[in-house]
Amino acid sequence: MLEIRNLHVSIEDKKILNGLNLTVHDGEVAAIMGPNGSGKSTLSYVIAGKEDYEILDGEILLDGENVLEMEPDARAAAGIFLAFQYPLEIPGVATMTFLKAAMQAQRKARGEVELSTAEFMKRVRDGANQLGIPQDMLKRGLNVGFSGGEKKRMEILQMALLEPKFCILDETDSGLDIDALKVVSEGVNRLRGKDRSFLVITHYQRLLNYIVPDTVHVMAHGQVVKSGGKELALELEANGYADYKTLAA
Amino acid sequence: MSDVTPMRTPAESALIAAFPAARKNLPGNSTVIAMRESAFNRFEAKGLPHRRVEEYKYTDLRAAVREALPLAAAPDAKTLASLAGVTDPFAALDADRILIVDGHFVASQSASVIAGVTIHDLGEALSSGQGIEALGTIAKADDAALALNAAFMQGGVVIAIAKNAKPAKPLYVRCVVTGTAPHAVYPRVLISIGEGADVTLIETQQGPDGVAYQVNGVVEIKAGAHSKVQHVRLNAQGNAAIDMSTLGTDLGEHVEFKSLNFVTRPALSRHQVFARFSGEHIKFDVSGAALLKDKQHADSTLYVDHAMPHGESRELFKHVLDGESTGVFQGKIVVQPIAQKTDGRMMSQAILLSDNATMNNKPELEIFADDVACGHGATCGALDEDLLFYLRARGLPKPEAEALMLAAFVGEALEKIENDTVRDVLEAETQNWLLARAVK
Repeated sequence: MLEIRNLHVSIEDKKILNGLNLTVHDGEVAAIMGPNGSGKSTLSYVIAGKEDYEILDGEILLDGENVLEMEPDARAAAGIFLAFQYPLEIPGVATMTFLKAAMQAQRKARGEVELSTAEFMKRVRDGANQLGIPQDMLKRGLNVGFSGGEKKRMEILQMALLEPKFCILDETDSGLDIDALKVVSEGVNRLRGKDRSFLVITHYQRLLNYIVPDTVHVMAHGQVVKSGGKELALELEANGYADYKTLAA
Repeated sequence: MSDVTPMRTPAESALIAAFPAARKNLPGNSTVIAMRESAFNRFEAKGLPHRRVEEYKYTDLRAAVREALPLAAAPDAKTLASLAGVTDPFAALDADRILIVDGHFVASQSASVIAGVTIHDLGEALSSGQGIEALGTIAKADDAALALNAAFMQGGVVIAIAKNAKPAKPLYVRCVVTGTAPHAVYPRVLISIGEGADVTLIETQQGPDGVAYQVNGVVEIKAGAHSKVQHVRLNAQGNAAIDMSTLGTDLGEHVEFKSLNFVTRPALSRHQVFARFSGEHIKFDVSGAALLKDKQHADSTLYVDHAMPHGESRELFKHVLDGESTGVFQGKIVVQPIAQKTDGRMMSQAILLSDNATMNNKPELEIFADDVACGHGATCGALDEDLLFYLRARGLPKPEAEALMLAAFVGEALEKIENDTVRDVLEAETQNWLLARAVK
């Protein structure tokens, strides 16, 4: 599904990723854990195509195609989805309008026919119901005045509607209480399948009780320094990151 | 130091030379002639305002108005027939329509019988003196554009809305400029709104592309106590036109007044609002949106005089500037010593889409009362890159993502419009502008 080879990235002359390698297979849920400043969010932005970063070396291949050559919207149409750590508020753009624009733009980019309004409405309604998102929230400006939990639910709704094949969850658990964490995790788990992979970025093992990963990778100093099964997360929870902070230096 | 008499520009000299003949031919009884002469003298003393005149610092009329154009004649049958080929931006609006062509009221194509509303030809009223007692007393300022209109006004319409009248449909004043030869047009609209009346006024100013005509229009609105007024103005003048406009308001107690001006087309425009609060507990809301490209220039200038207590004013102006365009916002709110409990908020926001676009923001507050809440803000910047990335990460190509953000930016002003059809028309105008930009 996704293969990252020897990725070197800097921002404003500060090196963030130092030869990162990572492979996520079809249907795999890979967790990335690591201390603050290890480059986790940078990795998610670079995969999604944020322009602030300078790619010094390396490749990111989605099903064999190098996405680094693609614009962010082309990456989205190719199946990459980033659930933001801090979803942005867009005053004046009704959530419904935004969802429709995004879905139709991706279908258009892939050469698919546009959804009928009825079909679009049905999908949004069903998706919102599953995540406990009230209908009137869909009429409000995107994320405007939403609580932290509501914003994260809205990210998962977008993910469900856009049907990406590679989903990045950037600290989706931050700012969530236990109930919201369950709703969001269930939303993610419903989307798991053999043709869809996930990269779950988190500080804490807690999220991984709900979204159980197939693999866990530890990031430090802009590299993956250790990989293992889900038990690696428990080990980190018990011992902290101290061992890894020095490992790559 | 001796007074310096500036050199007259050719346009100023021609305007001055044209006045004696114009005064004879333009309608007006002796009172109106005196008004024309007094206004003309004010203009003649100072000439066209230029960048060293504070109010026109960013809109230099002396430089922009290169020639004095001949006054447009009253439309003949052929001119009126040609209007069939001119699209009415508000064709879909169910309204009582009033047509003004080349500065002259066209009775044959205007509504005649509306319950609670009387409509008269201003040209006739200037001659008879009937029903124009308020003329020139509402829009009052030491201003060159206003003075020129008072000197040269050809005609227009006088609208009176009866006490407690609530016309079922909006009143729609459509001003059209015709012809392929450039002319000067000076229309004036005088509106009096009775106590407790509730009315929606729509105004379109339109004319042909590619013709460097000049329009200098004035709308005066006197609103009686407890009346409710919504005024929406669409500036759809041609792409080579210069459009000067003045809105003067005199508001009574407990009046709710809203006005919005929307500009996308003319080469140069200035819309100035002079508002006077003559009663307590007035709610005043004036806004504007301009989407400009190439070398277009649009100026919004406000003077809001809180002369009575408990007044509320809201001002929101949006500029979207592409190419080498220039936006101007000048807003002055004055709170007189008596005007305690005034609540004023003024905001001007601009998005610059090009390195060569310019925005001039000049908000001013002059507060002479001590128990007031007044604030102003002015922002100027590019589209938010983080928001843009968020939208693109969801699959929206850059032009569509930008268009969505810009429509939302302008939409904040447009959502003040209560009439759905009117708002739809201006949203469609916005979309057309954004679409044209996206395919560029």
